[in-house]
Amino acid sequence: MQEQNLSKNNFEQCIKCTICTAYCPVVQVNPLYPGPKQAGPDGERFRLRDPFFYDENLKYCMNCKRCENACPSGVRIADIIHTARMKYSHHTPSLRDRILAGTDFMGKVARPVAPLVNAIVGTKAAKAGMDAFLGVDKHRTFPKYRFKGFESWFRHKAPDQNRFPRQVAFFHGCSTEYQHPEVGKAFVRVMNALGYGVQLLDEECCGVAMISNGLWKQARAHARHNVQAFEKTDLPIVTTASTCTFTMRDEYPEILGVDNKSVRDRIVLAEKFIFSLLDRGEVRLVFRKDFKARVAYHIPCHMEKLGWSIFTRELLGRIPGLDLTVLDSGCCGMAGTYGFKKENYAYSQEIGRPLMERIRLLDPDYVTSECDTCKWQIEMSTGVSVRNPILILADALDLDACRKINCGTEAE
Amino acid sequence: MRYDTLIIGGGLSGLVCGLQLQQAGRKTAIVSAGQNAMHFSSGAFGLLSRLEDGTPVDEPLTVLDKLGPDHPYTKIGPEKMAALLHTVKPFFAQAGIPLAGEESRNSFLITPTGNGKRVWLALDDMTLLPDGDSAFGSKALIVNLKGYLDFNTSFLAEGLERRGMKCRIEAVELPEMNRLRSNPTEMRSVNIARVMDGGEAWKHLVAAVNRLITDEDTVILPAVFGFADGAVIQAIREGIRVRTVFIGTMPPSVPGIRSQMRLKKAFELAGGTMLLGDQATAPVFRGSRLESLGTVNLGEVRLEADHYVMATGSFFSKGLWATPQRVEEPLLGLDLYAPEDRNRWYATDFFAPQEYIAFGARTDAGFHPLRGGQALENVYAIGSLLGGCNAVQMGCGAGIAILTALAVADRIINE
Repeated sequence: MQEQNLSKNNFEQCIKCTICTAYCPVVQVNPLYPGPKQAGPDGERFRLRDPFFYDENLKYCMNCKRCENACPSGVRIADIIHTARMKYSHHTPSLRDRILAGTDFMGKVARPVAPLVNAIVGTKAAKAGMDAFLGVDKHRTFPKYRFKGFESWFRHKAPDQNRFPRQVAFFHGCSTEYQHPEVGKAFVRVMNALGYGVQLLDEECCGVAMISNGLWKQARAHARHNVQAFEKTDLPIVTTASTCTFTMRDEYPEILGVDNKSVRDRIVLAEKFIFSLLDRGEVRLVFRKDFKARVAYHIPCHMEKLGWSIFTRELLGRIPGLDLTVLDSGCCGMAGTYGFKKENYAYSQEIGRPLMERIRLLDPDYVTSECDTCKWQIEMSTGVSVRNPILILADALDLDACRKINCGTEAE
Repeated sequence: MRYDTLIIGGGLSGLVCGLQLQQAGRKTAIVSAGQNAMHFSSGAFGLLSRLEDGTPVDEPLTVLDKLGPDHPYTKIGPEKMAALLHTVKPFFAQAGIPLAGEESRNSFLITPTGNGKRVWLALDDMTLLPDGDSAFGSKALIVNLKGYLDFNTSFLAEGLERRGMKCRIEAVELPEMNRLRSNPTEMRSVNIARVMDGGEAWKHLVAAVNRLITDEDTVILPAVFGFADGAVIQAIREGIRVRTVFIGTMPPSVPGIRSQMRLKKAFELAGGTMLLGDQATAPVFRGSRLESLGTVNLGEVRLEADHYVMATGSFFSKGLWATPQRVEEPLLGLDLYAPEDRNRWYATDFFAPQEYIAFGARTDAGFHPLRGGQALENVYAIGSLLGGCNAVQMGCGAGIAILTALAVADRIINE
């Protein structure tokens, strides 16, 4: 909508209608947060005049983007807020913030001693210590690090991948590498069954946790690295995590100022990629006859912003034997590293309460969601397990029959 | 991606049309770029409050012949109008939105300044009166929540006193509101409604109001209750020991948002698809037919449908777009009622009828919009995108939104 704007300042599109404030999950629970209208377009007017008017309470914005989805005037409210944080905040990220932001660094450090790290951070004493000395809330359960990551599993599979007639590049992200390698394995199995070989990229963490924690320089370095790495290939860059996808497509240019035009349209979530193949009649799916599950779909905030939940719904909707309930769209309260912080924990749980109550009431076999931090929040708060849609697809597909239909015998 | 009908715009008109089609078994999707004017609702729908010359209307159906040939009601036709009017209350009721008011006769809504406004049907928070000027109680206690700035009690009292009502203004301080009050920019209708929805806060309010009542026979409260669930409104009415009247506030409108959420929910429950926060773009035409649309979020995946309904709204929703040179319809480039001479767009007297309000899409008698003079045969235009009448001056905006939506849904179903 910016191209229709007479002013270069996007905030001037705001007509002060206050609709955004009705959809902000934070203002509902946290009186310290000035709300999207005040923190965004209203505050920007003052900040342009004098940076003195910057309010450190803008840090309470979770960057869920629900205000932007609600705005009838095309104001990029959350972008304005985060750009202001970057420009004006005097807050120096603490050790805690750096640890939380360094998702890939922490993974590398923890992996060789994963069982030990998992055991220690799971103890009450360690939780109390992290709460007291770091400000990581003691109620949080940390996702477990895996001793063996996705990439080392993939190394054995890599030679086979070149035999497929068509190829995709896979951006697996940090949590698939360090905590949930099963997601990456399922992705490879599904893509292979569709006749696609999988290539890995020289990827770094997308940098979203660095953006949230104010480590702008590091985030920008990661963004530049990834854009350059993606430029080295012409393949579609397929992902399984909604927030990494959203960050690399939209936050790189809008917040970090890193030009990603050469690669942006190729970065796509697996569900959209697979749907597009089906839509164009390029692949066919064969489902198992004995698959049965009652599943509730939680749409992560960044999936709402991408506008792609329709693809996941369409794909899962085709699975015979899958009883799908789409949960009322609402933030789970986790927002990446936000909910780990002691000062946010209570707000985080309060924001997620309606969603958790609904899940407990439904009591599905499991919840599905494209976002791993939503997964951690929902599992911790409800005890119901959460699975990435690609895992469901891998379970529900008759992979051998799919492979036969989609690539004949040539790949075998 | 293929649908029976694709609706562009998720406001009142788009949602009503979508729900009607989806309930008739048509696979329907709504693309909606941002939220809509329902968030500004006064709490009531106007059908036809005045004629173009300002003559007040009591029974809208009896004056349809006085409307111009371009007015959407003229295109619907008097018989169809009469038939559709009876379906509106049941249609909203089954979507969880009970409406008050008489189908064939206008009533009066009390405005935030205490005046009487001619309206047709109202959401059940609101109180409708048979006439615009008389008192609806001898003494009124106007109660605000301390710190809430979007409800102007003294304007209201002034208006009510002109009707011969005695007014007393009080503000209630509730402990549950302290958290909100600490953040003055967020002491807003919707946030108050959320606090009042659950827990004990509304009971404390009722008790506080009952303590304040002396000899008043009417209590007036801002319409900031029942965000997710309207039950609290009834509970407050029953709890306060005299008659309670709710008055609309500055936006966001709690009754309006609740109604739009219910319409959306009903549409989704019926199996409809909402693409929220997305913007339709890149139409492909073949002759006088629209073949497909893209959206900003879906990228290369195209949306195809047998029928397309343009419910994109007016200037506020960017269904119409004004540059310094011209007014345009940005998605399909439809023909508009809009003079080229910019001096004819507006009157310099702010309160005079403004011509730009009547700008909008030109259609044939069947609501097919014109593009380059030719009607698009599988496209319809409904709601405030339609031009040809000054909906603000005539008080017919909501009526046009609802009735053109139902009329077009009928045409699509019976085609």
